[in-house]
Amino acid sequence: MDWAVIVSDAIRSGIGPVAAVYALAAIGLNLHFGYTGLLNFGQVAFMLVGAYGVAASVSTYGLPLWVGVLIGLGSSVVLALLLGLPTLRLRAEYLAIATIAAGEILRLFYRSSWAEPVTGGVFGLQRFAVEFYDVNPIPRDTYGIWLVRYTSLDLWALSVAWAMVLLTAGVVALLVHSPWGRVIRAIREDEDAVRSLGKSVYAYKMQSLVLGGAIGSMAGMMLAIQNQSVNPDSYDPVVTFFLYTIVVLGGAGRVLGPIVGAILFWAILTFFDSALREAIGAGYVSSEVISAPEVGAVRFALVGLGLMLLMIFRPQGLLGSRKEMLLDAR
Amino acid sequence: MRVQMVLATALAQGDEVRQGPGFLDRALQALVDGIQFGAIIAITAVGLSLIFGTTHLINFAHGELVTIGAVVAFFLNVGAAGPGWHLIPSALVAIVIGALFGGLIERGLWRPLRKHGTGLINLFILTIGLSLLLRHIVLVFFGTRPQSYREYDIQEALDLGPIGITPRDLVIIALSVLVLFGVAFMLQRTRTGTAIRALSSNPDLAEASGIDVNRVVLIVWILGGGLAALGGVFFGLTEIITWDMGFRLLLLMFAGIILGGLGSAYGAMVGSFVIGIVAQMSSLWFPIDLQNAWALLALIVVLLIRPQGILGQRERVG
Repeated sequence: MDWAVIVSDAIRSGIGPVAAVYALAAIGLNLHFGYTGLLNFGQVAFMLVGAYGVAASVSTYGLPLWVGVLIGLGSSVVLALLLGLPTLRLRAEYLAIATIAAGEILRLFYRSSWAEPVTGGVFGLQRFAVEFYDVNPIPRDTYGIWLVRYTSLDLWALSVAWAMVLLTAGVVALLVHSPWGRVIRAIREDEDAVRSLGKSVYAYKMQSLVLGGAIGSMAGMMLAIQNQSVNPDSYDPVVTFFLYTIVVLGGAGRVLGPIVGAILFWAILTFFDSALREAIGAGYVSSEVISAPEVGAVRFALVGLGLMLLMIFRPQGLLGSRKEMLLDAR
Repeated sequence: MRVQMVLATALAQGDEVRQGPGFLDRALQALVDGIQFGAIIAITAVGLSLIFGTTHLINFAHGELVTIGAVVAFFLNVGAAGPGWHLIPSALVAIVIGALFGGLIERGLWRPLRKHGTGLINLFILTIGLSLLLRHIVLVFFGTRPQSYREYDIQEALDLGPIGITPRDLVIIALSVLVLFGVAFMLQRTRTGTAIRALSSNPDLAEASGIDVNRVVLIVWILGGGLAALGGVFFGLTEIITWDMGFRLLLLMFAGIILGGLGSAYGAMVGSFVIGIVAQMSSLWFPIDLQNAWALLALIVVLLIRPQGILGQRERVG
């Protein structure tokens, strides 16, 4: 087993573009779940409309990239309003089930033969990120230290993605420490108390849903641009569960929680993945027990186990405070 | 359902020269298929609804209880290392294992956590972790290849006038309805059933009047696990056994429960039938790969116009 390969794989993944995209989506989810107490189980739906907003505008309709970005943001706002209008007045469970259902509806519609002229159906869309990589100022080469190296394309994508993460985290930090932020945190703690003070709980919840959803759609756009392709099946409900693991790992209701969570999540996940592959390659783990294609399944099982252990032993995550995570559904 | 679809297309192709089946015939056929699909959703959703009613926990891992039932029966029936039993004893053992497993996670996981005072939302997220864990353990053992049971796989459809139905599907519908009536009888007429209903409507009052809450919740989990396993075998019989079949069914169960009214067991039954029928009838007009999407869309529409569900009681928050 080559430990240098395993450790460098983990580091490369932890600070890579995918981790940045997940950090961004998790910031949106943290605004919903960590600050407002909304159980949004369809963050992946916002990522999906963002990604396809860009991909379909550019690839199918030949519009410039910036128009695609606006369309993606616009569709996430529409989606948030559609989901929030019926469910935000109801008990927390309704939003949870409506959002996870909406995610699946959108995925099924986007991949159906019906939508194929626009979304490319099961084949997805490609060739929409050209404009993004044309403005890449980094000369063609590989960069990095030791075994942790990125191509100039990846380095450009990850720089932009992390810049977006920091910018969004800054905006969220300002927001949650403003009077608006105090109200949404109060809603998380005691909705009725906020209502009795004359605040429109419904309006604040809706604002939080729209804002977090828009952040999620930006993550979807970045993911699409980074992959240079979109495919409906990569927007599975499991993505949302990963985001919850990230938010809980880092600490829900903390500005830096999702960022720390995303870096650690991908580093740990890739570490196990890489270690398991090396162990199978070196013959420590018999390929009878776990064959190479099953490594992917083991990784998901580990995420599940990790999420369970976190919720049992440290629900506040690394940065959170225990007092704030004694949430109860109403 | 699968076999009928093949037959139906074969018929449609053969009939092109003469005359395709009329719209009414196709609608009737879709209705029967929908009732059957709805019955399977209902069997699994009742347990989920009872668990929600008594503990207020939305069990995301309920789909995996369905998968485990189907996969255990598959192992006993055709598994390479299994005993190769007939499907009926295999299914019965799978139901027992499903019930025991439901009881085990209640005793070993949820009860200690409730005692520890873990918040509901934390428990909710825990079930998601459990679902991921179980689903991918099944994947490692079962593999990604869809499988079928040895018996009753391909049958000739009985010709009942405008509709055709295989004896297998007829038995599944009959058994499902019987089981649902059994559950309803248990809820209405037995002491345990009364205790379950009491706990759902007012936990504090139920506990104060001497109902052993932990015992009732344990019974509900055992019942839910067994029903889920039975539904899994039926689902595997009518469609196909896959590692993620339960998770795909889970969203439809949720839809059925919300449609019928969150927390009402009878609502879950009614809602599930509606979801099954909507899913199958939608293929009369729309592509078949969108079946589940229409069923879930029905859920969103109901939330818009009657959020408390068909049989739910109006409860306004905010």
